[in-house]
Amino acid sequence: MENNVIEKKMIISSSPHLLKRETTRNIMWLVILCLLPATFFGFFAFGFKSILIVISSIITSLFTEAIILKIRKKRISIDDGSAFLTGLLVGLNMPPTVPLYIPIISSVFAIGLVKHAFGGLGENWANPAIAARVFALFAWTKKMTFWAEPFSGNFIADSISSASGTDAVSAATPLKIVKSAIMEGTASQNILTGKIITITDYFKSIFTGPMDILNTKADVSYFDLFFGLNKAGCIGEISVFLLLVGALLLMSKKIVTLDIPVAYIGTVIFLAWIFGGLQFGKWFFQGDFLFHILTGGLALGAFFMATDMVTTPITIKGRIIFGIGCGIITMLVRFLGGLPEGVSLSILFMNMLTPAIDRFMKIKPMGFIKKQEV
Amino acid sequence: MLFSKNFGRGGIHPEEYKYLTSSKKIENADVPNVAYIPVSQHIGAPAEVVVEIGQKVEEGQLIAKAKGFISANVHSSIPGKVIAIEDKYISIGKKSTVVVIELDGEFKKSGKIVQLLDWRSKTRDDLLKIIKNYGVVGLGGATFPTHVKLTIPKEKKVDTFVINGAECEPFITGDHRLMIDKSLDLLEGASIIKEILDVENIYLAIEENKKDAIKRLKALCINRYPIKITPLRTRYPQGDEKQIIKAVTGRIVPVEKIPLEVGVVVCNVGTVVAIKDAIVNDRPLIERIVTISGSGIVEPKNLKIKIGTLIKDVIEECGGLKEGVKKVIVGGPMMGFTQMGLDVPVTKGCSAILAFTEEEISEFKANSICINCGKCISACAFGLMPTVINRFIKYKKYKEALDSGLMYCKECGCCSWGCPARIPLVQNFKMGKDLIQKLKIL
Repeated sequence: MENNVIEKKMIISSSPHLLKRETTRNIMWLVILCLLPATFFGFFAFGFKSILIVISSIITSLFTEAIILKIRKKRISIDDGSAFLTGLLVGLNMPPTVPLYIPIISSVFAIGLVKHAFGGLGENWANPAIAARVFALFAWTKKMTFWAEPFSGNFIADSISSASGTDAVSAATPLKIVKSAIMEGTASQNILTGKIITITDYFKSIFTGPMDILNTKADVSYFDLFFGLNKAGCIGEISVFLLLVGALLLMSKKIVTLDIPVAYIGTVIFLAWIFGGLQFGKWFFQGDFLFHILTGGLALGAFFMATDMVTTPITIKGRIIFGIGCGIITMLVRFLGGLPEGVSLSILFMNMLTPAIDRFMKIKPMGFIKKQEV
Repeated sequence: MLFSKNFGRGGIHPEEYKYLTSSKKIENADVPNVAYIPVSQHIGAPAEVVVEIGQKVEEGQLIAKAKGFISANVHSSIPGKVIAIEDKYISIGKKSTVVVIELDGEFKKSGKIVQLLDWRSKTRDDLLKIIKNYGVVGLGGATFPTHVKLTIPKEKKVDTFVINGAECEPFITGDHRLMIDKSLDLLEGASIIKEILDVENIYLAIEENKKDAIKRLKALCINRYPIKITPLRTRYPQGDEKQIIKAVTGRIVPVEKIPLEVGVVVCNVGTVVAIKDAIVNDRPLIERIVTISGSGIVEPKNLKIKIGTLIKDVIEECGGLKEGVKKVIVGGPMMGFTQMGLDVPVTKGCSAILAFTEEEISEFKANSICINCGKCISACAFGLMPTVINRFIKYKKYKEALDSGLMYCKECGCCSWGCPARIPLVQNFKMGKDLIQKLKIL
């Protein structure tokens, strides 16, 4: 019959015949683009060494990805941006003074063990960059918690001296300053009078909140914390403002959905507001939540790491639970734990819970009626 | 508008491309020299051929009779001689018996003034009988026999009738033009259905991208027809029966149930005009409005085409195909079928003929594996979890796929449209459904 003859030029395919112009590749590169402002701010603040750290982790990631894909006999798809993004995030999560072997080993760990050992892109159980950061934090705790003062030197001079090694001015992140002040209760001795008083008395009498503790070292305002002008931290996390700019672009493109960041940051605000005052001898609902959302890796974590599509629940309900869980764990670590920072731990923990959340948070078909048991 | 009615969860808004034909009036297409009329143009049992080879037929003569409860009559679209009865591929990619009629003789219905029927003096059963005899089926695409839909069982009560003018698929503008060019026919058809169903509320739901149609119909309805024109937010798949009911009335039709369950009947605007033509103008369903569009068509048009015309001839009338056409689709771009050749006839369910070049299909090449983004889940208007069902089908867990609602999938294509990994979800679901039916797991 005539129309049995397939015209060779025609494509036969299943519907739909129109697609949205958005691919996995576009998504990855756009996320990278949105991270760049904060990255460059980090470079500007911490100098040449930070550039080396980020570049080395990106290159290591790409290499590891290429080699493993070759071993697994798959198409070497490093141009899809996912390994680049992992490397960039590993680099941004490093303190600016770590020796270069730490980002390099962390990147190999992220790509090799976390990503490809479990099946590669789309199959990994945790965000590779987060897992690598937590791994580095526990493997080289001291080096990973040694911070440099931002804008501490001439950019050029810094780049020359960084080759020789240990010359960075030691500093501490806002969260660490507050944590150690609270934990040790010795802040008073060093900073003020030298007289030994009890923690409770001390806080009640002098400090009304974490900002007061910060201000004993340097004059810091919320404004400084928001723009990252005077705060130590990881390379990529210091400018909340620039991270927010990138995140807003991603949200406008609907690549980052609002559910996780809102649930996460909302929970942090809520818990910090309720319980934050207790440390300072105040009652409930008097905490300084602005301090908590402007410090640490919360902005980087909530907008760029917790929203990683692969390792978060697939339904909106599930993602809200994920965000709330992250917020609770972050605040538990910050208030009660030994570490000053809780963002990466909380995201890693909730990544592990994701399959369980997916299992229980199913949506029902429209008009679904429960079948009655006979 | 932000607050206009729509169906709520899920849905997408693909690029519309309606500008290609939305301002072009409906024209009558050329009469074919040979018409290939399939006997299976509707959902349900194929009709039974009642003519013989060599027999002379009139325009509008019955050539195949409905067989079984859900089936529809088929009529000759041209006067002439039956030269063959053969099996032929039709546009949905399946074979059907086709009655081949060669043009010969005089058109006794087209272009002639007929005695208009005063339908108000007829009983409900008489009207339903005419609709049945004249082979009217749903022209929105599903082609469900209309007389079956309008016959309400005694135990059910219907209080709302929704006319579906959403036309949510990109490119298609046939219904849009129909609402403007034949608005009086449409409103009269609606009055007939009001008589048949005896309902209080009639809604005519139109998406907001058809502002001129909304304006015109609103002006016509004032004080004359008790029809509520309901603008809807432009959103795909709003033209689906269950979605439009949810958008207009807020009622949710239970799964595996028909709209009658919630007291609603839905008809496409094309169907309403076909009902009016059948009852008032004494014309069986032998032609329909088709949008011919896409970047591969020289001159996109809205044509009124005799059923059985080959799409080859239709495309020829629109200036032919451009260089580099890669795909020819019968139906909308979201749910239509690609064609192997151009030798397939236009049927009652054919709403559009689209020819795509590289421009539209270039996006299919990129591919990765599922990255769990959940975009398919938030796009599904039916509350399914496409990625989960897809995984079950991939690993041959058909029982679990069914429990996750595979059979509730309408194959609207929202999930595939937005998938950044370019996973052919709809294709996998279609295959899964076929396999399950073959393996009789149900």
